[in-house]
Amino acid sequence: MEGLTKAYPGVVANSDVSFRIRPGEVHALLGENGAGKSTLVKMIYGLVKPDSGWMSLRGQDYAPAEPSVARSLGVAMVFQHFSLFDALSVAENVALGMEAPPKLRELAARIRKVSQDYGLPLDPDRMVGDLSAGERQRVEIIRCLLQDPKLLIMDEPTSVLTPQEVDILFQTLRQLAREGTAILYISHKLEEIRSLCDEATILRRGKVVATCTPREKTARELAELMVGTVLTPPERSAKPKGDVALEVTGLSVASPIPFGTALKNVAFTVRKGEVLGIAGVAGNGQDELLLALNGELRTSPSAVKIAGVPVGAAGPIQRRKAGMVSAPEERLGHAAAPDMSLVENALLSGSVRKGLTKSGFIDWAGARRFAEGIVQQFDVRTPGTDVAARSLSGGNLQKFVVGRELSQAPTVIVINQPTWGVDASAAASIRQAIIDRAADGAAVVVISQDLDELLEIADSFAALNEGRLTAPRPTQGLTMDQIGLMMGGAHGMEVAHAEA
Amino acid sequence: MDLGGINPAVLIASLMVASVPIMLAALGELVVEKAGVLNLGVEGMMIIGAVMGFAVAVNTGSPLAGFLGGAAGGAILSLVFALLTQYLLANQVATGLALTLFGLGLSSLIGQGYVGIRPPLTGALPFGPLADIPVIGRILFRHDWMVYFSLLMVAATWAVLKFTRIGLILRAVGENHDAAHALGYKVRRIRVLAICFGGAMAGLGGAYVSLIRVPQWTDGITSGAGWIALAIVVFASWKPWRVLLGAYLFGGITVLQLNLQAAGARIPVEYLSMSPYLITILVLVIMSSGRGRIAAAAPAALGKNFHASR
Repeated sequence: MEGLTKAYPGVVANSDVSFRIRPGEVHALLGENGAGKSTLVKMIYGLVKPDSGWMSLRGQDYAPAEPSVARSLGVAMVFQHFSLFDALSVAENVALGMEAPPKLRELAARIRKVSQDYGLPLDPDRMVGDLSAGERQRVEIIRCLLQDPKLLIMDEPTSVLTPQEVDILFQTLRQLAREGTAILYISHKLEEIRSLCDEATILRRGKVVATCTPREKTARELAELMVGTVLTPPERSAKPKGDVALEVTGLSVASPIPFGTALKNVAFTVRKGEVLGIAGVAGNGQDELLLALNGELRTSPSAVKIAGVPVGAAGPIQRRKAGMVSAPEERLGHAAAPDMSLVENALLSGSVRKGLTKSGFIDWAGARRFAEGIVQQFDVRTPGTDVAARSLSGGNLQKFVVGRELSQAPTVIVINQPTWGVDASAAASIRQAIIDRAADGAAVVVISQDLDELLEIADSFAALNEGRLTAPRPTQGLTMDQIGLMMGGAHGMEVAHAEA
Repeated sequence: MDLGGINPAVLIASLMVASVPIMLAALGELVVEKAGVLNLGVEGMMIIGAVMGFAVAVNTGSPLAGFLGGAAGGAILSLVFALLTQYLLANQVATGLALTLFGLGLSSLIGQGYVGIRPPLTGALPFGPLADIPVIGRILFRHDWMVYFSLLMVAATWAVLKFTRIGLILRAVGENHDAAHALGYKVRRIRVLAICFGGAMAGLGGAYVSLIRVPQWTDGITSGAGWIALAIVVFASWKPWRVLLGAYLFGGITVLQLNLQAAGARIPVEYLSMSPYLITILVLVIMSSGRGRIAAAAPAALGKNFHASR
């Protein structure tokens, strides 16, 4: 494609973007949040029309008016935010993404076959609402594979997978590339791009700033091309750790989430200044653990203690008063109210610790100052603090949500997936902020599926597997293999590949 | 074979007739809600269907033309709702309520010249000797064609929603309109068509009231049937066959209450007229607790407006 330009009111999302992908090539598209990657792939998929420029597909002019045209020409896409329907079965979801789907029974058989061929086992009759994030992604991938795509677009596919699952995904993608499929791969994870991709196009503020072969660059160089400035990895403090700030003993609780995972006898302690990283594949009790820690799920009083005080039966507000802040994984709807402004969102969680309400009345000026402070300190890119939370991009909203919690002078911090779907420079600044708080003496629990992140910031490491927590171990000296075993291996996915 | 002065065969036969209007309207509303739209204007569309059907039937002398007119009246009124909610993004609850009030007013304006007239009659379908089978013949084979048509529509709606691609797309739109849009489906167009279908079905139900069930025109003739239809959709947890069950239950209670009055029973009729709503609430409570939660849940995008830029 050549010279693609797309302007939105107020911003030019893509300006004069050109690149080419050969059949069988895995091409990376790199860029920060807001660099215009999503707009670009939307144009390729026919959801958005370019203002100027042209595309060609296998020698033919290519100007899809809508996604069904793109699909019929062999372009398939795995979306960043899953485009799945919870109340429908796997087979029905797959059928919706196809142009001329066969009868459901026939389709189910094909899903079984393709999923086995590519080592992604999946039961076509299950409801998508009951699947884990990793399994949902398989649904999307299989939906694409069934259409025998010529060009496969993958938008940040690995953010929710274990290392073993990532390996399997990469094997699948390499197998596809060998069969002649061109793959456009969008990711923030530079190491992945270096191991998988043949070529990379780097976007910054809607423009192509570089084209390179990722294998010949270091991850550091790639990141700096992408951000345009020099990145500094987070610095860890070597301060000795203080007293126990958070103590969890014998925490067993049934899941309030339909088809969730019950926590079974979870126990750990976090000292002041310590960062505990908790890994695990999605759906192994992470959400439940966060709920039990932040007080949305109550337990016996002594199961959770903050600085020695039992708070297991207390609700979120009492726990905030006791010094604990938390940021759940789901940004829209759990960590932030999507249709409320940033000021209102700041008030909702900050009112207790920042004293933003007085005898039932709201201190709007104070709330505004608080929100503006977060925006400034954590480099949240937004037109102002009065815009609705949902209008921010994922990474910017995440910076806001994490910043809001970290700005409340907490003594205990619990964060689930702090950098999910966030680009490299934003992730680095979030991680640095977490480490800084720990250096200030806060006890931090980070639940994450991004192992590199945990190894980078955590002092000790534990893994959740089917609701049980392994004993925390010091991070230093852990190998990827040991971690994989702690997380429970690859969930029966290896077998299929051994046969293939 | 009489029980307290009530003949069960006659009772069942008349409950089948009594349930036709609410069954048709509820089926239409079910399709609308499956597409993620909450149209509370069922009562308004029914009564417009009733007066339009009545007027067309009287002027042409043909009941069939009357039913078509009723369906068209309901569909046109529903297009007003579609325009307001799908293109101008008005709040669906408020618009639906306004539609009901508007329909009630407009119908009595149109109906002024038709009070006291009798519409052309719709006879029972001739089943020949089948109609003379004892009990069964009385229950099953002595009805007008609309009774059978409504049963057919239940089956058709069920089959279309469950087995066809258009049904799957409709459910997908009601479940997650953003994802449906990302896959390239025309969310707005599908919803407008669903709303239109719902309006036509409500109009048919209304026409049945004024042409067969009563049969004459008076103001407010549907007397709350549209609200019962809305309750039935929830009662049925968005499943067509349960709409049939719900319509028979609600229709049966209406008929029973009339018969009990005629038979001089000592239960105040108010208790009976309350009971359908109490049962709906009970069903909702049972549905929302326990394991069946996900399967019985409402379409996830129900009542939410869709705008492509979000």
